[in-house]
Amino acid sequence: MKFQLEDVTIYFPYDNIYPEQYQYMLELKRALDAKGHCLLEMPTGTGKTIALLSLITSYRLSKPSNPIKLLYCTRTVHEMEKTLAELKLLYNYQLQHFGPGARMLAIGLSSRKNLCVNPSVVSAENRDSVDAGCRKLTASWVRAIAVENPNIPTCSFYENYDAADKAGTSTLPAGVYTLQELRLYGKEKGWCPYFLARHMVQQANVVVYSYQYLLDPKVAGIISKEMERECVVVFDEAHNIDNVCIEALSVSVRKQTLEGATRNLSRMSNEIERLKATDAGRLRVEYNRLVEGLAQRLPAQDVWLANPALPDDIMKEAVPGNIRKAEHFLSVLRRFVQYLNGRLETDNVEKEGPVAFVASINTQVGIDQKMLKFCYDRLHSLMLTLEITDTDEFLHIQTVCDLATLVGTYSRGFSIIIEPYDERMPHIPDPVLQLTCHDASLAIKPVFERFQSVVITSGTLSPIDLYPRLLNFNPVVSRSFKMSLTRDCICPMVLTRGSDQLPVSTKYDLRSDPGVEKNYGKLLLEMVSVVPDGVVCFFVSYSYMDGIVNSWHESGILKDIMQHKLVFIETQDVVETTLALDNYRKACDSGRGAVFFSVAR
Amino acid sequence: MADGKLVKRAKYKTSVKVPGVPGVLKLTKERFYFMPNDPTLTTKLNVEFKLIKGHKSSKECSSKQALLNLTQAQGGNYLFEFDSFPDRDQCRDFVASAIAACGEIGKATSEKPAVPHDEQLNATEMGRRIKLLQENSELQKLHRQLVIGGILSEAEFWAARKKLLEQSENKKPKQRVALKNDMWSVKPLSDGQTNRVTFNLTPEVIHQVQFSAETKTLGDSSICPNLGEQSYLVGDGRYPVELVEIFAEKPAVRQAYLKFVPGKMSEKEFWTKYSRAEYLHSTKNIVAAAAEAAEDEELAVFLKQDDMLVSEARRKIRRVDPTLDMEADEGDDYMHLPDHGLPQGETKEILEPQYEPFKRSFSQYLNQHAAVVLRGRLIDVELGDTRSVAEAFTRTYQAEQATEVSDENAYRERVKKVSRVAEIEDLQGPRDPPVALLSIKDPRDYFDSQQANAVKALGDAETGIRQLKFSVSKEEAFCSLKDSISEINSQGLIEPIISPEVALKVFNGLSQNISSTKYHLGKNPHESVLDQLPSATKNELLLHWTSIQELLKHFWSSYPITTKYFYAKVTRLKDAMSQIYPKLQEIKESVQSDVRHQVSLLVQPMLQALDAAFAHYDADIQKRSAKSGERPNGFV
Repeated sequence: MKFQLEDVTIYFPYDNIYPEQYQYMLELKRALDAKGHCLLEMPTGTGKTIALLSLITSYRLSKPSNPIKLLYCTRTVHEMEKTLAELKLLYNYQLQHFGPGARMLAIGLSSRKNLCVNPSVVSAENRDSVDAGCRKLTASWVRAIAVENPNIPTCSFYENYDAADKAGTSTLPAGVYTLQELRLYGKEKGWCPYFLARHMVQQANVVVYSYQYLLDPKVAGIISKEMERECVVVFDEAHNIDNVCIEALSVSVRKQTLEGATRNLSRMSNEIERLKATDAGRLRVEYNRLVEGLAQRLPAQDVWLANPALPDDIMKEAVPGNIRKAEHFLSVLRRFVQYLNGRLETDNVEKEGPVAFVASINTQVGIDQKMLKFCYDRLHSLMLTLEITDTDEFLHIQTVCDLATLVGTYSRGFSIIIEPYDERMPHIPDPVLQLTCHDASLAIKPVFERFQSVVITSGTLSPIDLYPRLLNFNPVVSRSFKMSLTRDCICPMVLTRGSDQLPVSTKYDLRSDPGVEKNYGKLLLEMVSVVPDGVVCFFVSYSYMDGIVNSWHESGILKDIMQHKLVFIETQDVVETTLALDNYRKACDSGRGAVFFSVAR
Repeated sequence: MADGKLVKRAKYKTSVKVPGVPGVLKLTKERFYFMPNDPTLTTKLNVEFKLIKGHKSSKECSSKQALLNLTQAQGGNYLFEFDSFPDRDQCRDFVASAIAACGEIGKATSEKPAVPHDEQLNATEMGRRIKLLQENSELQKLHRQLVIGGILSEAEFWAARKKLLEQSENKKPKQRVALKNDMWSVKPLSDGQTNRVTFNLTPEVIHQVQFSAETKTLGDSSICPNLGEQSYLVGDGRYPVELVEIFAEKPAVRQAYLKFVPGKMSEKEFWTKYSRAEYLHSTKNIVAAAAEAAEDEELAVFLKQDDMLVSEARRKIRRVDPTLDMEADEGDDYMHLPDHGLPQGETKEILEPQYEPFKRSFSQYLNQHAAVVLRGRLIDVELGDTRSVAEAFTRTYQAEQATEVSDENAYRERVKKVSRVAEIEDLQGPRDPPVALLSIKDPRDYFDSQQANAVKALGDAETGIRQLKFSVSKEEAFCSLKDSISEINSQGLIEPIISPEVALKVFNGLSQNISSTKYHLGKNPHESVLDQLPSATKNELLLHWTSIQELLKHFWSSYPITTKYFYAKVTRLKDAMSQIYPKLQEIKESVQSDVRHQVSLLVQPMLQALDAAFAHYDADIQKRSAKSGERPNGFV
């Protein structure tokens, strides 16, 4: 339907609209008019996403002189796909009713793991090995050698894309592209969808990607560096955005990390020795570059993760003299790793501020704050000079350098916490050193400063006045909407007693009582025997779920449940859980009926 | 036959092989008699058709006996051998109609003529015919009149309606019995006293083999101190449901079976090892399992994680619905690079690497089990032995893998599905009516039943009569036709051919128009003559009209007469048709004088059609006799 919202004609792809959706759009529109940030809460299931997309795209259409760009951030890839699917619905509607003027480009962006179409690369087990696999084929030095030596493998998708890019033909026609469709398009054209998508991010009218592409400086530094100010940034499902902000700036180091880092260091030193013997010029070139403090302009495929510190806090100056030489830098890192190793040898929980921590590093191993701060940049430069492609092997030293850079950059808002063991298993030593960020506003500050409107929305943001304080910003609109129910469709019920009148509870001391387990089982059995299609059953933890399912199995309750429904269980293995969820949905759709056991988090 | 009697020579037999007793079989409408030629024999029969439930007959071919088998309702049967197939067929048809007639008397209220069997009619064919008859009262009347009246044989009647039968066949969804969601539990049964642990692998198998396995003590005696001797109940190579399930849920076991049995070990040994592995899993003692696996490499196959399942999961995850793909989330998460971010709340259980392959969780088993049940039966269970079951599974999976690689279509289909799921149904306005094939089995019945609705709809409209444009000029019609032809020429046939809205409009208009004619009787100048007649007369006329059509159809399709069979059929049809004349006359006379003229107008074309048939018949007979004059010896 098409309707007028003040001076904007809204194209909404449904015949009806919930009143709260209308209100939501109105508030959002006012925030856009004021070019300010806003905070909107509306319950799940009321069509937040479509209201948002519909308003922002219609707003864009109504103001063709100054078109806004939408950066839509989701928490997960599957939410990204869902958002794009809704956007596609909307787009088709707008094309039909507005005409060709409604054409736009909307893309989803994800990692190589989710976008790569090169079968030899994407079959790798995890994200990091896919990234490394890609670099092995596309790094500029690899391609340079491959020109002379055809036996060196390269990625045909990347080569085709690169050729098209140089010819200026590497564009995506208007439309809405989910990750799947990007892959399909890339396969058809023979172009690399990942680099195509990264390239198109600058031109797209709508970009859907995950939070960290804006919030985590390591990724945002690569992807979102050049976004213009006329962007509306939306954080959907933002109820734990503060967590994401904190996590983006936190690093932890374990024994294994340090062992890995030591291995990385010795391999790098071998490489340096080899290079000295064969191509000493390369090291000299690097040294000169560092002296002059020249920022390196890197081709897109060579960029690894960006600096872990926020862009404004990165110093634009030359690397300090005492770590310019590769060997010197390595010995600094060795000393740092040694220091960290020493700190992990503690029997008590320790906590200190970054200032004290840096001071103690300086006195004990003679590394000052500035050297720490440049660790990331220096490592990055060294890895490029050494032409290292298997970046997945070097994650440990990367972590250590990230820690060094962060601790050297920030003097407030962080803590160093060292724990000798996991408190649930005090007899197993598992020391961990964490650099924890306390201040969620740090990571999100550049976003608020750079973009004209930032929308933070979710089903649950209560108390809504908490978020401006947590994230340190001033919203022009801050509203909370209620769901309008046309009928009673939710019946919450709190159960305190089982059918035998004994109290039931998941309280820790009561939950593994056989009577309680039996009562819960009976309750579930009664539910599954009357509820059609799907039932979801939540447990307090994986271990409790495992225990109670086993006890139901032994007492035969599980067998009775299976008389009514198929049973699917969430496990800690994501592949297994995804397949179980997919099957659960199929079973519900087909009428077979199923019960899904899940852990409430 | 016309007088309801049939007498044939036949032999009564107690089974197909014995020579039988020669005699005379006499059939009447109510019962059949058999008199042996030799009056001294006691094999006289006098049976009512009421007691006969059905009949079977042998296939028509020269090498076989012409048999007719009448099955009794209480079990038991009567077997007759005839001298020739035509004799047998005549009797069969007679019996069929007789049984049907008896059945109808028996259940007159049920309105369901028991359609008699024909040739080698299977039950489904039968069911289809009965269903068609039930759905269509007109067809039912026709069937009763022509087939049960003995004018047409069952086969002839249905031969002309093959299409109808096929349609009803196509519409029937093919349903198969799903797998039961029973978990065949790996719980060992222990009686707690005799230190024996029994695995009941195949409860459905009659011949269970019980034997004692080699006595083994478990590595960790504290877990199961009583375990001295174990015995296993193992199947004898038949394939009960459980085996199918094991093979479906544990591809590694299936593969191992194909590899080991019978070359390396016997079936018994195989299942013993399997049971032992299951027992070890049930004790949840990973260390013990690893220890045993190290000693016995075949056992290790069962104890280790199922590699095939793992690789299959990898394959499947690529095809999973992208809106719930959590693996993709993990692949996009740079926040949780190893050791970045905050440590996760719940840590995974960390095992020493050498035990990792032996970890197996109950949840994994449950998920796999449910997935297999959800997929349903992949192979037909009516297969031979265990080995062929295993092979069938392997083949199915291989075929699946082969098709999966290339199916971009499924991929697109999934993308489409995602956008469908993304819709908010509540906010969606009324949808276009979905396309459904129009299938009115019994038009008269349908439109009569719609009458109330139509009248109501008209009542709602103020004028009472909706002005539908009943007629278009020839030019208009021609133009419209031309347009649509050129459209089809340029675009090809699109699916659906006409848009659902138009189809619905036409359909509504039609049903309203047809159904409401009765209501507007007399008010409408377009009224047909039929509706002014008393309903009994009208029905009778219509029935005659359809039966004449049916008879004529059969009549004309029998020409040119090339076989004796056609000759007989034509004669039969001719007799039947000649009986219609007086009936029509009767109708004409029965109606009141004011409509008599109109009735005769209606009857006129029927009579003409019949006359034409008779004229042709007579001409043909003459031609034949002329021909046979030339060839006095041969009459077709």
